[in-house]
Amino acid sequence: MADESYPQDLRYYKEHDWVRVDGEDAVFGITWFAQDALGEIVYAELPEVGAEIKAGEPYGELESVKAVTDVYAPLTGEVVEVNEALQDEPQRVNEDCYGEGWLIRVRMTAPGELGDLMEADAYKRFLDEA
Amino acid sequence: MLAAVRAASIGDLFAEIPEEVRRREPLALPAGLSEAEVVAELRRLAGKDVPATQLVSFLGAGVYDHYVPAAVDAVVSRGEFLTAYTPYQPERSQGVLQTIFEFQTAVCELTGMDVSNASMYDGSTALAEASILAGVQTRRGQVVLSAGVHPEYRQVLATESAGYGPRPRTVGVRTGAATDLDALAAAVGDDTAAVVVQQPNFFGALEDLPAVAELAHAAGALFIVVADPVSLGVLEAPGRLGADIVVGEGQALGNAMNFGGPGVGYMAVTTKLMRRIPGRLVGETVDLEGRRGYVLTLQTREQHIRREKATSNICSNHALNALATLVYLSWLGKDGLPQLGLHCARKAAYLRERLLALPGVAAFTAGTVVREFAVRLPRPAADVVEALVPQGYLAGVAVSRFAGLFAGLVPGGEDAGDAALDDVLLLAVTEKRTRAEIDAFVAALGDLLASGEVGDE
Amino acid sequence: MSDSTGLRPDLVSRDDAAVCRPPAADRATIYERSRPGRGSWSLPELGVPEVPVAELIPESLRRTRPARLPEISEVDLLRHFTGLSALNYGVDSGSYPLGSCTMKYNPRVNEGAARLEGFAGLHPYQPESLVQGALELMHELERWLAEISGLHATTLQPAAGAHGELTGLLIIRAAHQAEGRAPKRIIIPDTAHGTNPASVVMGGFVPAPVRSDARGGVDLDHLREVVAGGDIAGLMLTNPNTLGLFDEHITEIARLVHEAGGLLYYDGANANAVLGISRPGDMGFDIVHFNTHKTFSTPHGGGGPGAGPIVVRDALVPFLPVPVLEQGEDGRFFFQYDRPHTIGKVRSFYGNFGVLVRAWTYIRSLGAEGLRQVSETAVLNANYVMEGVRDLLDLPYGDRRCMHEFVGSATPLKKDGIRALDVAKRLLDYGVHPPTTYFPLIVDEALMVEPTETESKDALDRLVDAFHRVAQEARDAPDLVRSAPVTLPVRRLDEARAARHPVLREQFPEDGEGGA
Repeated sequence: MADESYPQDLRYYKEHDWVRVDGEDAVFGITWFAQDALGEIVYAELPEVGAEIKAGEPYGELESVKAVTDVYAPLTGEVVEVNEALQDEPQRVNEDCYGEGWLIRVRMTAPGELGDLMEADAYKRFLDEA
Repeated sequence: MLAAVRAASIGDLFAEIPEEVRRREPLALPAGLSEAEVVAELRRLAGKDVPATQLVSFLGAGVYDHYVPAAVDAVVSRGEFLTAYTPYQPERSQGVLQTIFEFQTAVCELTGMDVSNASMYDGSTALAEASILAGVQTRRGQVVLSAGVHPEYRQVLATESAGYGPRPRTVGVRTGAATDLDALAAAVGDDTAAVVVQQPNFFGALEDLPAVAELAHAAGALFIVVADPVSLGVLEAPGRLGADIVVGEGQALGNAMNFGGPGVGYMAVTTKLMRRIPGRLVGETVDLEGRRGYVLTLQTREQHIRREKATSNICSNHALNALATLVYLSWLGKDGLPQLGLHCARKAAYLRERLLALPGVAAFTAGTVVREFAVRLPRPAADVVEALVPQGYLAGVAVSRFAGLFAGLVPGGEDAGDAALDDVLLLAVTEKRTRAEIDAFVAALGDLLASGEVGDE
Repeated sequence: MSDSTGLRPDLVSRDDAAVCRPPAADRATIYERSRPGRGSWSLPELGVPEVPVAELIPESLRRTRPARLPEISEVDLLRHFTGLSALNYGVDSGSYPLGSCTMKYNPRVNEGAARLEGFAGLHPYQPESLVQGALELMHELERWLAEISGLHATTLQPAAGAHGELTGLLIIRAAHQAEGRAPKRIIIPDTAHGTNPASVVMGGFVPAPVRSDARGGVDLDHLREVVAGGDIAGLMLTNPNTLGLFDEHITEIARLVHEAGGLLYYDGANANAVLGISRPGDMGFDIVHFNTHKTFSTPHGGGGPGAGPIVVRDALVPFLPVPVLEQGEDGRFFFQYDRPHTIGKVRSFYGNFGVLVRAWTYIRSLGAEGLRQVSETAVLNANYVMEGVRDLLDLPYGDRRCMHEFVGSATPLKKDGIRALDVAKRLLDYGVHPPTTYFPLIVDEALMVEPTETESKDALDRLVDAFHRVAQEARDAPDLVRSAPVTLPVRRLDEARAARHPVLREQFPEDGEGGA
C-alpha cells in the first residue's frame, strides 16, 4: 500500500471520494483515507456504462473481507467507462487509489457542482477535524 | 466463587433485575427426572406412535423413506461435528469447513450449477429465498409458479412475500399433471422476476425444463427449478437445461424423516448470481505457509455485516444434515446414485402398472415417472388411506389435504371445486419397498375397492 | 501464574508447531480420494422387471453426465470424515465461551431421544392417529415454553432464531393490519445482532435505531425521541442485551412502545440468563423466540439445525402460522389448518421436530428447579470469569453485574500492537475456543465471553489462566501473538484471497484452470 497522500490536482468530496477533471469527463475514485479505513478490498460493485448517477447518491459498493461500504457520487453525470480491471484485481484500489485504482469515468451533466468540492488542503483539514 | 465475585448469595447476582419483573414462585413445570426416568418417559411417548418405517409406506410428497446407511450416523454422531458452532474460527474449524466445501461441490455436481451455499433450513424456505434473490436481481415484483410446485412450498413463499420479495402468481397443471405451458406463457410478463417449476413436480410429472427456461429467459426472468436430488441421479441436471437457480430438499439423502424436520434445504446458482446467494459460503484459500485451507467467504452478503441492507436474515444453515447428505452421497458415489434412481424408477413403474390394472383406477400423472406419481381412485383417497392402515399400509398422500391450494389449478377443477382432487392419491416408492410388499398392497387395495366398503362418492 | 493449569507452554512455541502439523497430503478432499471402481453402496434386490433404461427414461430427460461423486470404500470414507472431525472443535472438545452463542454441554441422552424410531421414523403426512405421541410431546413443549416465557401460545415451526424473528415480525404486521394500521418502524438498539435489522426489512418494516446509554441499556431519552417520530410498529430487544446487561428500564421501555401502539419482540438469544428468574412476558414483551440450540442444549451441529420456536401473547394467537396444534375434547391431538387470520405457513411441515425432541428432553430432565439453577450458575460463571480478567481487559460496563456473559475490550493491549483478533487466535493455541470478537459493534476491540453453566470451576480457571498468558505474551512476545495460531493444522488463512477469487467447489483436473 502506498503512503498517505492527497494529490493537489484532484478535487475531493466529503464521502472521501476524489475527482479528476478531464475535459467534459470526470474520473472518480476513493481517497487514501477511505481505502485505509476499509482495509483489503476484495470486490468492487460498479454501475454499468450508460447509467445515470446523481451527486450525493451511492453509485456502487466496495467490499473488504468484513465490511461493505457505499461509494457516493461527487458529481452528477452519465457513466462512460468503468475500471474493468478491478473485477480481477480489486486490490488496485488499495495499492494505487489515485491511479490504477480509479473506479468510474463520468460525462458531467452539471459541471457547476465542481464548485462544491474541496481542494486537497481543504480535504486534509476536513480529515483532521473529523 | 461467590466471594470471588463479591456476592453474598446467588440472589445478589440478579439484584439489577427490577423487583417488578423478578419472579418469586417457581415455574409451573414438572419436576426434573433422572436420565433413566426421562428415557422411560420418552419411550412411553414414542411408543404411542406407529412410525412409517414400521409399516409398508408409500408416503412421499417431499419427505422420503430411503435407507440411511450406518456410516452416516457414525459420522454425524462425532462430538467434534455435533457440538461445534458455526466455523467462525477457521483455524480450529477446518473439519466442518472442508465438509461444507465438499457438500457445496456435491450439490453443484448434482444440479449442474456453478455455486452452492452451505445449505438452508429446508426446501420451502430455500425456494422463498430464491424468489427474493430473483426479485433483487431483476428488480421485478412477481414470481410465477407452477401449481406443480409442492403446495406447502408455495404457501411458504406466499407468507414470506407478505413482507419482502416478489408476490406469487400460480398457474395450473394440464391433464397428465405437467405444467400448463400455455397458461405459463400467458402469465409471464414484464414484471416477472422468476418462473418456478418443480422437477419431478408434486404429482411426479416431469416438466419440460428447456421450454420453461426459454419462456422465462425470453421475458427477462430468471428460471428457478425445485429439484429432487435423488431423481438427479437419472434426470438431466437442471443447470444444463437453463436453470439460473436450483433449490430443493435434501432430506432423502441420508436423513431420517423426523416427522418433517430437520431435513436440509439446498440452493445452487450460476456464477452470475454468486454474490447474491443467501447464507453461508465456504471457499478455499491458503494459510500463511501456503497450506490449503477453507474459510467462510463473501460474508459481506450476510446480515451480520450488511444488517438492514441484507437481502436475507439467515445466519445459520443445517450443517449437520448437510454433512449427513455428504456422507450419504459419498457412500453412494458416482455409480450408486444413478443405480438408486433407476431402482426406484423401476419399482415406481411397476407399482403404477399394477395399480392402473385395477378396475376404476386411472392415471393422474402421465408419462415417465421416477419415484412418485398420482392416480385417481374410484373412492375418496383419504378414506382409502384410512381403511388400509389396519392392514399395515400407508397407501400414500391423499391430495385432498391440500385441496384449497389447487383450486382452479388442476384439470376439471373449475367445475368440481375442491372436490376435483378428492380421489387423487400420491404414491412414492423407494428402494425399501419389495416386490412382495407392492404386490400385496395392490391386492389389498383391489380387495378394498371391490368390496365397496369405503365411502361412496 | 501457576503451572497447575495443565497447559503445556512448551508445546506452543512456533518451532515445535511445524512438527505438530500434519503434512498437506493428509488433507485431501473426498473427491481427491476417489478412485474409479471403488464404492460403498449396496441396494436391495430389485424383484420387479428390469426395464431397460431407454424404455424407462426417455433420452430427452435422461442425465447425460453423472454427478462426479466420490468413489470410495466405506473404511476410507469413515477415515476421511474421522480425520476431518479431528480438525474440528466442539463443546465435547473443551471450553467454548463464544459470547451470545451459549455453547453449553449437549447431553447425549438428547441424541438417543431424537433417534427413537417412534420419533425419527415418522413421516409428516402419516394419519394423525399414528402420531399421537409426537403430538403430545410437541403440545407439552409448547406449554412449557409458554410458561418459561410468561406468554400464552407457542408455534414450534421456525427453524432458527432468525426464522423466528421473521415469523414474529410477520405476526406484528398482521396484527396491525387487522386493526387497519400499517406502521413501518421497528425500533432496534445499536447493540442488536445483525439478524434483527435484516429480519425487520424482510418483514416489510424499516429499522429505527436507538442508542445505548452509558450504563449499556436503551437510552430512554433517545427512545422517547424515536417514539415521538411516530409510525411505530414495534421494538426488538434482547434482554439481557448483547452486552450481557439486564436492561433496568425494561418496564418503562415497554410502556413507551405500547403507548405508541407498538408491539415488543423479545430476541431470546440470551434467555439462558433468566430461566425461572424473570419472564419476558412479565417484562412486557408480546412475542418471544427461543433458540433451542442455545438455551435448551440442542447441539449446534457446526451451524445447525437449530429451532426458533416463538411464543405470543393471547391477542396475537389468531395470527400464528398454520398448522396450530390443538387437543380435542376426546384428548386426541390434531393440527388445525382452518385459521382465517393466520399469517400462513413459514416452512414445510411442522418444525425441526428432531431438534424439539431434544429440547423437550432437556426441559423434562431439569424441571423448574433445574432450569433456575442453569441460569444462576451461568450468571455466576460469567461474573467469575469477568473478575478473573478485570485487570487485563477494559470492562466498559465493569461497574455493573454481568448476566450470563460479559463484554470486555482488548484496547489495553493495543499499545503492544495486539488486537482482539490476535487474542482470539492465540487462545486457540491454548486449547480453548475464543470468545466472540468485534461484537457488539459499540465496544471497540470487543471480546464477548459467555462461559455457560456447564463449565466447572477448574475449566473456568483454565480459561482465565489462558487469558493471562496471552496478555503476558502480548507484552513479552507480541510477534508470537500476532502470528498465532501456531499449533493448529493451519496457520492464519488468507480471507482476502478467498473473497477476491472465490473457489467454492472442488476444481476437478479435467475441468482445467478456472473450474467448471
